[in-house]
Amino acid sequence: MSGLAATAAGLVVLPLLLIFAFLLWQGASAVNADFFTHLPRPVGEVGGGMANAIVGTLILLALAAALGLPIGIFGGLYLAESRDRRLPWVARFLADVLNGVPSIVIGIFAYTVIVLPMRRFSAIAGGFALAVIMLPIVVRTSEELVRLVPASLHEAALALGIPQWKVLLRVVLPTARAGIITGVMVAIARVAGETAPLLFTAFGNRFWHQGLDQPIAALPLQIFAYAIAPYDDWHRQAWAGALVLIGLVFIVSFAARIVTSGRLTGVR
Amino acid sequence: MSVVAAVPQVKAQAAPRNLGDQILRVVLRAAALTLVLLVAAMVAAMLHAAWPAIRAFGFRFLVSSTWDPVAEQFGAIPFIYGTLLSSLLALLIAVPLGIGAAIYLAELAPAWIRPPVAFLVELVAAVPSVIYGLWGIFVLAPFLRVWVQPFLGKTLGFLPLFQGPPYGVGMLAAGIILAIMIVPYITAVSREVLLAVPTAQREAALALGATRWETTRIAVLRYGRSGLVGAVLLGLGRALGETMAVTMVIGNRPEVAISLFAPGYTMASVIANEFAEATSDLYLAALIEIGLLLFVVTVVVNALARLLVWSVGGPVKAVRE
Repeated sequence: MSGLAATAAGLVVLPLLLIFAFLLWQGASAVNADFFTHLPRPVGEVGGGMANAIVGTLILLALAAALGLPIGIFGGLYLAESRDRRLPWVARFLADVLNGVPSIVIGIFAYTVIVLPMRRFSAIAGGFALAVIMLPIVVRTSEELVRLVPASLHEAALALGIPQWKVLLRVVLPTARAGIITGVMVAIARVAGETAPLLFTAFGNRFWHQGLDQPIAALPLQIFAYAIAPYDDWHRQAWAGALVLIGLVFIVSFAARIVTSGRLTGVR
Repeated sequence: MSVVAAVPQVKAQAAPRNLGDQILRVVLRAAALTLVLLVAAMVAAMLHAAWPAIRAFGFRFLVSSTWDPVAEQFGAIPFIYGTLLSSLLALLIAVPLGIGAAIYLAELAPAWIRPPVAFLVELVAAVPSVIYGLWGIFVLAPFLRVWVQPFLGKTLGFLPLFQGPPYGVGMLAAGIILAIMIVPYITAVSREVLLAVPTAQREAALALGATRWETTRIAVLRYGRSGLVGAVLLGLGRALGETMAVTMVIGNRPEVAISLFAPGYTMASVIANEFAEATSDLYLAALIEIGLLLFVVTVVVNALARLLVWSVGGPVKAVRE
């Protein structure tokens, strides 16, 4: 039986290794300088890149962070510190609910509240959808980390006569900062690869960024479009895009680990 | 714990006096309220947008298998069927593997193997689903078409499940790619559950002369049963809502086919494919209604899963989604 269990563990890991292997093999041959600096070429023309999609993804992530982080971090602080009776429980439950909602459903939500009134696909709608996906992750990790701040620190500050709000903003939050940054980075890494909610919000674009109220390119969208297209050249670009995307995601994830390892170790 | 419990009382006296305190309180509460309102708005906005379809088709939407945008006749059966079948297939593959791997990691493996595995699970969670889809299209589907499906057709072809031409893309590919995507979650949560089983359980079984495997089976698996079911449901919740990878390999044909080789369609993938191209208001409303259904189902499955997992070892913290 032990052998069977060990085999199962091996079989769980195997496909992942295969995926990484193919990604490196297929992607590495297609990534070059042009990929990072050029716009996509029309079908039939060799070369071109996904520079606009890389920039687009960064813009969308910035938008999502600007919308989602303040609410998420303050919400987490509230959940950890509040003594209200009902709201924290409800908010915590809904954060978990929101975390389990398929990202495509969140895309529909963003479509109904932003794309329909604006009557066009836009970067804002895409950023909003990503922010909604980020929010529960940021709320829950911030809460966990604020809870880990030693009560003695909190009490000592209060005992010095410092008002509660200053204690929270100047003592508690900075103490939990490293952990919260990690949580934020994990959230960003997670939404960086989201495709489904962007299909009908950011929509994609074959040109450079044209304003926040216009459709915008995104790396995952471009990979999807190229992967299902019938052109070999585009398939190569899709692999290259995938390699770059996963590189981006991993860099953010690893950076998150490095931030944590400095302070508040053991806290995840 | 007593020190922590004492803090709120100190705060209760200090809080209301200061203006800054009051402002911060309002701001923090507003942030939490935003979250609540967001979920409420989500339900309301989707209900509102789906209303034309709900009114036009009513209950028929859930039992009709006609999906004809030209005639404006919409029924969700092919998508519900596709979502359920692909998720079931994924569970059939992922549950034995995931729980087996969890037993290995929690009960049998040397301690040093745990951190790298936890790291691997985190890594896998970070891989975007469009990348699984890419791999599915160019590696998995051709492999199934050339090797697996002809073989299954030859050996098990008498079953209706394995009949028909081998396309590669189709229900089987969707089930396998979903299994690959959810198995790390099932493994990770199951491992947490098994680790939460009290040592006394194991010691008692060992003291009675049980072998290691008997101990695992009698004392550990049985004790953690509800948590394991929860782990499986968490995996199911993800499988039901998974969009991109499935859309890329399932073939996208709105039909109810028994054969696993045949192309299918899921709720999430019909939204992904047709939403931006929906030409009429009713078409769009029907797609949004499918989204609403998906929302309700995943919320129920996830809530149930969490309750079950918590029933064994308290909230699972180590596993991030």
